Amino acid sequence: MIGSKPAELSPSGQAITWSDSDKSVAVGAYALRLGDDALVLAHRMAEWIASAPELEEDVALANIGLDLLGQARMLLTYAGEVDGTGRSEDDLAYFRDEREFVNCQLVELPNGDFAVTMARMLVFAAYQYELYDRLCSSSDETLAAVAAKAVKEVAYHRDHATRWVLRLGDGTAESQQRMQAALDVVWPYVSELFEGNELVHGLVGGGIAVDPAELRDPTTDYLTTVIEQATLTVPDTSVWHTGGRRGIHTEALGYLLAEMQHLARTHPGAPW
Amino acid sequence: MTQSPGQDLSAEGGHGAVPTTGVPATSGRAVRDWPLWEVFVRARRGLSHGHVGSLHAPDAEMALRNARDVYTRRQEGVSIWVVPAAAISASSPDEKDAFFDPAGDKVYRHPTFYDVPEGVEHL
Repeated sequence: MIGSKPAELSPSGQAITWSDSDKSVAVGAYALRLGDDALVLAHRMAEWIASAPELEEDVALANIGLDLLGQARMLLTYAGEVDGTGRSEDDLAYFRDEREFVNCQLVELPNGDFAVTMARMLVFAAYQYELYDRLCSSSDETLAAVAAKAVKEVAYHRDHATRWVLRLGDGTAESQQRMQAALDVVWPYVSELFEGNELVHGLVGGGIAVDPAELRDPTTDYLTTVIEQATLTVPDTSVWHTGGRRGIHTEALGYLLAEMQHLARTHPGAPW
Repeated sequence: MTQSPGQDLSAEGGHGAVPTTGVPATSGRAVRDWPLWEVFVRARRGLSHGHVGSLHAPDAEMALRNARDVYTRRQEGVSIWVVPAAAISASSPDEKDAFFDPAGDKVYRHPTFYDVPEGVEHL
């Protein structure tokens, strides 16, 4: 089962009194957190292009990557506007260093084989679906609009991953073994998804953000159902990795950013 | 390609009629494990499903989803059908004359002798 991290102390409902500018900075940081998740996973999907097992799957993974990239663009643009720094989406995507990225570690994990990519997509889309489903009723109109658009996209990502996990898990002896191994790889990164911090909890109190802890049960229930139906086993993990929200990442993110950012940094401001 | 009389033909990739038997399994390209599916898309309500192309998929559910990704990325449709290409019986190119030529000189079959009422769409 997904282990419990120590709960952060400010439960939802306990509103923190912020000045308007403090609140704007917090909303920006929250949008950045959501946007970085989407951006990094979009890049991982893009890495599959021309390498997927079949042409049809190549197109599917590219579509999913483009959905995520669209979410990232909206969220990063909003983050740079609302926090008052005037940073553009490109400033945020291409000119921040590794320690300034606040994505969860799950999305930066290397693609591995196709099973690892599907395991990661299953977990992340299941989480993102529950998140966006609730964020649709955020009191922040921009976040609510982004969520309303994204929740349909994410429903498809979740469906895509679910179907593959079912087929690979309940497939041949080798596909089952590799699908199980893939779940074992991603599972230690699941718990981080449900961690909040003071900033998020402050926004939860104001009706702006979704409390990540609230997503743990519905996400876990969905994943457990799929995994069991796929004749696989929910990994028994005792070590949970965390730190992404504080800018602490696995070694994989640095390589990803080097590839993603080098063109924009070599030719700053280059247009098409 | 020479057809023998009475040979079964299937549609492959929307490229016409292909024998279902007697074709070498490896004809210079990679052997595919996934069967071929023909894809039909309805552009909007009121129209019929039209053939748009084909794809490979392991089963019908995945074929539908692949079709969604390959053929409706630009809002081309509101409904999709997928059909195993092997399930389609195709007319033979050798029978083209007998099948289609007789209709060539029967212009009275075209509805050009009627006035079409205004406001009739999709005719």
